[in-house]
Amino acid sequence: MRTGSKLETTVRPQGKTRRGWLMASAAAIVIGAVGMSGAAQAYPDRPLTLIVPWGAGGGTDATARIVASLLEGELGQPVNVVNRTGGSGVVGHSAIADAEPDGYTIGLATVEINMMHWQGLTDLTWEDYTPLALVNEDPAAVHVRADSEWEDLNDMLEAIRANPGQHRASGTGQGGIWHLAIAGLLSELDMDPTSVPWVPSQGAAPGLQDLVAGGVDIVPSSIPEARSLLDAGRVKSLAVMSSDRNAAFPDVPTTEEIVGVAWNIGAWRAIVGPQGLPEEAVETLTAALEAVYNSDEYAEFMSGQGFGMRWAVGDDLVSFMGESNENLGDVMREVGLAE
Amino acid sequence: MGAIEQAAGLVFQWDVLVTIFFAAVFGMFVGAIPGLTATMAIALLVPVTFFMDPIPAVGAMVTCAAMAIFAGDIPGTLLRIPGTPASAAYTDEAYAMTRKGEAEKALGANLLYSALGGLVGTAVLIFAAPHLAEVALKFSSTEYFWMAMLGLTCAAFISSGSPVKGLVSLLIGLSVATIGLNNPAGQPRFTFGHTEMMGGIDFIAAMIGLFAVSEILRNAAGGARNLPVPQVPIGNPLRGWGTMLRTYWRQQIRGNVVGVGVGALPGAGADLAAWIAYAVSRRFSKNKEKYGTGHVEGIVEATSANNAAVGSAWVPALVFGIPGDTITAIVIGVLFVKGLNPGPTLFIFNPQNIYAIFLIFILANLIMIPLGYLAIRAGRQLLRVPRRIIMPVILAFCMVGAFATNNAVFNIGIMLAFGILGFFMEDNGIPVAPCILGIVLGGMVEQHFITTMIRSDGELLAFFGRPIAAGLGVVTLLIWITPMIMWLRRRGSPTPAPQGAGPEGA
Repeated sequence: MRTGSKLETTVRPQGKTRRGWLMASAAAIVIGAVGMSGAAQAYPDRPLTLIVPWGAGGGTDATARIVASLLEGELGQPVNVVNRTGGSGVVGHSAIADAEPDGYTIGLATVEINMMHWQGLTDLTWEDYTPLALVNEDPAAVHVRADSEWEDLNDMLEAIRANPGQHRASGTGQGGIWHLAIAGLLSELDMDPTSVPWVPSQGAAPGLQDLVAGGVDIVPSSIPEARSLLDAGRVKSLAVMSSDRNAAFPDVPTTEEIVGVAWNIGAWRAIVGPQGLPEEAVETLTAALEAVYNSDEYAEFMSGQGFGMRWAVGDDLVSFMGESNENLGDVMREVGLAE
Repeated sequence: MGAIEQAAGLVFQWDVLVTIFFAAVFGMFVGAIPGLTATMAIALLVPVTFFMDPIPAVGAMVTCAAMAIFAGDIPGTLLRIPGTPASAAYTDEAYAMTRKGEAEKALGANLLYSALGGLVGTAVLIFAAPHLAEVALKFSSTEYFWMAMLGLTCAAFISSGSPVKGLVSLLIGLSVATIGLNNPAGQPRFTFGHTEMMGGIDFIAAMIGLFAVSEILRNAAGGARNLPVPQVPIGNPLRGWGTMLRTYWRQQIRGNVVGVGVGALPGAGADLAAWIAYAVSRRFSKNKEKYGTGHVEGIVEATSANNAAVGSAWVPALVFGIPGDTITAIVIGVLFVKGLNPGPTLFIFNPQNIYAIFLIFILANLIMIPLGYLAIRAGRQLLRVPRRIIMPVILAFCMVGAFATNNAVFNIGIMLAFGILGFFMEDNGIPVAPCILGIVLGGMVEQHFITTMIRSDGELLAFFGRPIAAGLGVVTLLIWITPMIMWLRRRGSPTPAPQGAGPEGA
């Protein structure tokens, strides 16, 4: 009776576990799925909550929702996606870290966890979590208007050298991942990272809109974010900031191919739990997530959205997150964004 | 055209139609619950659509969104709890009608003009999408700044009392909008070191507090008397609608135009469209004094606008993959997964798919009328419940809604705090609607102001540096200056000169 009397549920808004009961009941109505399939299972024996630090509608939310629906099949328990937005991700990431470490609340951490503490916005670092699985990474790419006179990355860099401060870029808030991508590239090339002034935006979509409208000249976002405008012939990608070209866009060269300097940066998403998850939960969840990652549905969804697939668990994931943290910290210090 | 027949073949299949029907019921249900937004309804559908064919998947989302935006009017009218932010502009007006016993007339108007607005938005989408999208793409932060300023200017027109009190309310809202981390510099403001405060004040929680909780408090203070007037039954809806259509066709068209225009701009959307339409309606009405007392005219125009905006928000989404609002943002993701990549290629290579989507838009707005009528009939029963019983129940629903906006107990606190604020504001004759407008638009104004300043190296003239921006800017300034000139002229000469303050100043 999870979908049962509306009134009964509403007068007790904080049920015993504060889980997303409302989402649960609504989702159950839609799906028609009434949980509790497995009989006497040790873990999990009740629904899980997956906290997403970003709003409904974004790529992170979509990724979380597909992982949750596939995870549900693996675990035999409903997995409720709960959006905790605000504060550039601080609120949601804090909610994951502060959750009861019983294995019933997990979350989707994003690259911002390795950025916001350098800015002094929070004390939280990636070490406050139990890493479970890396499920995606999208490298940054340099986008300009399709009718831009810049034919390749070198043209753009020449123009920036010739007129520092004249060509502006946008795509995230101040100090966001795409801001670091372009600033880091410039500093890697011994150019002044502030010679491309950053115009803060609410995300890649408004940044790209501003690019097409002529408000800014450069948007260093991921390729999937720019994809429909690329298809529409409104923007072009000059280079992708990863070690390999994007399989879906094989014509876009890597930065290393053009300027000879390896500069890899991207946004990633990983499933994590609060610190101190029980061993049993970690094992069950890791195995289930591996099955999810290797499923056809997941691959189909990710390639459909144009999202990059990247997998890491255990020690690999720990070293991945640690390296990401150090690299981003270096860039933020160079650019003057770290406290 | 072969493509249209193919499209009809895709849509008129029993599984597609059944999906659309259930999505409509679901959207109606979610939209009618305060705090649960249309966006949330769509997000809940995402995992389900993953297992569907492309056309039913898109059909489910389109129908669900249209239905949820209309259903948001139901609790707004009956209980003064706007179900979605798009209803907030005329919640007071509609609730005033309920107090006069005209709840069914208000809801009937909402239903009729929602459906018609949706159909107009769809027509624009079908016939003008590529052209309109070109215009929308020319909007950069400068133009958005003026759009937001125009929206704020509405505060002076929507408040029925004194403009000064409207301004006070607006400034309260703008101050609230500065709280949090979500500002161009990314610096925490007024957070007092509190993590939840970094997220800022959730305006849905604030809206529920200002409207609904303040009303509950007033009822508690006044002894929870039942509504003095019995509700007038709607009777034959067709006859009532016929009269309304004849009387208010100008308002309807104007609302549709505002809705289509504002909705097509990425990031503006149905909320802003409803505010602007309501203000425009009042500005040009022959019965200005009736606004705010339960007069259907403004509701007609605003509800025509918000549903037209829902349709036209798809223009930039389908043509360029740029989301017009949070709903289309989700649907774009689903379109990609289904291989219906938005963009000009969708129109050229798969016309049958795009026509199928258009057909679903039309169906969604048609199915809204019978389903909405049933929902109104059912909703009316709520008003028969004695106030002292229904008020605590509403409070419980408000808490659910506030909690559900961000799954945070903190938001219940915000809601209660704004309920008390709203109670004292209205006790002193300060309207609450401009405050909500301030919270909604404050961040937008700041964001686009700072962005434009960064881009122009602090050159203020940049706000008039692009043709569309200059046009919007001049209109906004004229709206501000005209009343002042009129006032000065009246003071200067005993007989006011007839010229000046032409239509462009309105």
